[in-house]
Amino acid sequence: MEALEIARWQFGITTVYHFLMVPLTIGLGLLVATMQTLWFRTGREHYLRMTKFWGKLFLINFIMGVATGLVQEFQFGLAWSEYSRFVGDVFGAPLAMEALLAFFVESTFLGLWIFGWKQLPRLIHLCCLWAAVLASVFSAYFIIVANSWMQHPVGAELVDGRARMVDAWAVFTNNTALVAFTHTIFGALAVAGAFLLGIGWYHLWKRRADGIDRTTTSGKVIAGGGKAIRGRTDHRVWLRSAQIGAVVALISFAGTALTGDLQAKLMFEQQPMKMAAAEAACHDGTGFSILSVGDLSADNRDSQNCDDIVAVIEIPGMLSFMANGTFDTEIKGVNTLVPEYQEKYGTTIPDDPVYGERAGTQVDYVPVMEVTYWGFRIMIGFGALAAFAAFVALWFLRKGTVPRSRWVMRLAVLGILAPFGANSAGWIFTEMGRQPFVVAPNPDPSGIDGVFMFTAAAVSPGVSVGELIFSLVALTVVYAVLLVVEVRLLVRYVRGGVASAMPELTEGSKNDGDDDGVSRGKDDGDVLAFAY
Amino acid sequence: MTDLLPTIWFILIGVLWTGYLFLEGFDLGVGMLMKLFARNDTQRRVLLNTVGPVWDGNEVWLVTAVGATFAAFPLWYASLLSALYLPLVMVLLGLIFRAVGFEYRGKARSGASRNRWDWAIALGSFTAAFGIGAALALTTTGLPLNANGDRVGGPWAWFNGYAMLGGAAVVLFCVIHATGFLVLKTGGPIRERALALFVRLLPAAVLPLLVWAAVVQARGDDAWTLAMLAVAAAAAVASWLTARRGCDGVSFAAMGLFLTAAMACVFGSAYPVVLPSTLDEAFNLTVGNASSSPYTLGLMSVIAAFGVPLVLAYQGWTYWVFRKRVTEKSIPPAHSVSAL
Repeated sequence: MEALEIARWQFGITTVYHFLMVPLTIGLGLLVATMQTLWFRTGREHYLRMTKFWGKLFLINFIMGVATGLVQEFQFGLAWSEYSRFVGDVFGAPLAMEALLAFFVESTFLGLWIFGWKQLPRLIHLCCLWAAVLASVFSAYFIIVANSWMQHPVGAELVDGRARMVDAWAVFTNNTALVAFTHTIFGALAVAGAFLLGIGWYHLWKRRADGIDRTTTSGKVIAGGGKAIRGRTDHRVWLRSAQIGAVVALISFAGTALTGDLQAKLMFEQQPMKMAAAEAACHDGTGFSILSVGDLSADNRDSQNCDDIVAVIEIPGMLSFMANGTFDTEIKGVNTLVPEYQEKYGTTIPDDPVYGERAGTQVDYVPVMEVTYWGFRIMIGFGALAAFAAFVALWFLRKGTVPRSRWVMRLAVLGILAPFGANSAGWIFTEMGRQPFVVAPNPDPSGIDGVFMFTAAAVSPGVSVGELIFSLVALTVVYAVLLVVEVRLLVRYVRGGVASAMPELTEGSKNDGDDDGVSRGKDDGDVLAFAY
Repeated sequence: MTDLLPTIWFILIGVLWTGYLFLEGFDLGVGMLMKLFARNDTQRRVLLNTVGPVWDGNEVWLVTAVGATFAAFPLWYASLLSALYLPLVMVLLGLIFRAVGFEYRGKARSGASRNRWDWAIALGSFTAAFGIGAALALTTTGLPLNANGDRVGGPWAWFNGYAMLGGAAVVLFCVIHATGFLVLKTGGPIRERALALFVRLLPAAVLPLLVWAAVVQARGDDAWTLAMLAVAAAAAVASWLTARRGCDGVSFAAMGLFLTAAMACVFGSAYPVVLPSTLDEAFNLTVGNASSSPYTLGLMSVIAAFGVPLVLAYQGWTYWVFRKRVTEKSIPPAHSVSAL
């Protein structure tokens, strides 16, 4: 393999991996902060337990996001130095702002929250969590601004072969960024919703399997366990968690669908080739393909052989509707777009030494259609699946518990993975769909001329294949090991239930109040309320 | 004065690196001391909890220093990082292991697995400190860069005595700074041992950093950087003397002054070159030719003028909230999770 391919695999692997942790951090963070707010306002014990339990899982996941996020900050310079030189004037700014304005707040106030349960007054302690969580949302905004500039560069001009920022307002209010940001936040909430639902369901099921909860003949639950650790309060913890999770999953699906629709409409204008590739649509048309078959592979992809692809099932007019709200506008297919791209951006890679052996070769403007076509459908399919499951779950939960079936429980737990899959597929689609560009051109007639970059030109010229192979292997192996460690740890804490996050319950059980009991964190001046 | 904004940003990046070494310096050092100094599990937990609430916030100084370099000096960022590919990948792996070790160590169920995490923390901290020291030294002493700013000479072209000197300088600074931090932040027998180690180790531990500063100073040869070098040496002596008298806070502050003066000497002497090429002076990256446009620098200046004081304020507050000393008595019993 050449340096370019290895560097692309490395970026793909490390970024998709990092983005397993990110949505859970953002989504779960917002929900844990909401739980603690409910505890603060009502003083009810089950909200405290929810805060502690979900907060623990949040932290186990958060640390992995931090650790793998460091790699992101470095790897543009490490493996993509030509890219960094070309875009630095524009792209570096949101990255630096993310660190200075968001990540600092997130890390510092999370430390205060973890260790400050007793040191800080309750309101201040709660505010620390909100500061950290809102900073993580803000963080996402800056990163999306940077990414959206690669999808749709604005507010810049080309000076001496490098992009130069001329309008920061345009960069930070890029319409691509605003819809992608909201889409991403809803995607994060979808992950957290399924997480709460799956784990809450497991515990409700476990309580019935262990004979703690029983049901009346009409199916109404009788929560058992009294004041013990797994008592009635715990039943409320899991029921509320599952219900909140299901509602959040439904709302965020609606949110992702709405913002995704806006995003698609923009994308049809801004990156028409990406959307044609999402459809594997060679010819102009109006129908949205449910299933297309044919030989999508690279050998058969030059415009003549596109005829091999047949849309087996198709919704007439749907594609046109997705693009602009009407049912009869012909949407350009690959065959129409390729000559347009060639005319605008050249038929061959420029004859410049930075392109190495690729200089002067023909540009393939069509992304890998197997990836874009299926990436787009997996994203939508998994998202819809999770929402449907949440809807069904909410109906089951109305009587206060879940069916005895072990299989249904397993499905609920497995369902946690669906929104993760949707998120990853969506990102893979949008990044792979941007190829062969790393910075896609802005096709708007009033847009910027010349500010685009082929991925082939972006890689570090001085870095050897050996170095890239070393880092690709090392990072992949380490990430794989850490994924196993993290998942095992999460599983152990999930199985342990509330007690695993609240040692005070098993040691002296001071806070083990009754159902509606009011418990307040006490302030006895210990040095450590929490210790590693 | 067209170079005014780039100069401000060069100073700011120097400040960010100094802040990073001052703050993360002691938690990297504490990480290394997990294996070098602590004698049993309780002592390891004392060490870990002295930095527990703050290490992650400290690490953001690194992210900000690197991010600010990207935004303000994209050519410096691109050339330095790609030239130091292998050592920086090692730094990243070290920081990953260390971070995960901090969080997961206490959740380990067996002694063997806890021991593995201790090694991950200690070796991860060492690797990160060494690699960052090497990178900082090389950005002041030079790398074989061509006209485009790309490294020539293969993956190990960066490897030389200066890289080793910088690595040793930062590792030893972290260790001594962490020892001083433990004197300040712990009580009881641990503090006594830390103090004894601090007094014994300090003269050797500050030496490589002073040598590095002197090497760079000799190249630039300004009067004020020479003065800074003298201040650094004097501060190291003051830190040693005050530690022996039991003035923990003063000694710790003097160590901070030592670092600040040494970094001022290093960055001040290197100015206006941010990354020299050892092949041809014409290929040197400078504040003038490696920086972003005045527009971007102006925008970032507004952000920094607002953001940096804010960071200092709330991080300062964090240290005040967790100002109490940690002793072996304040460590609660280990809590292990058993599946119900």
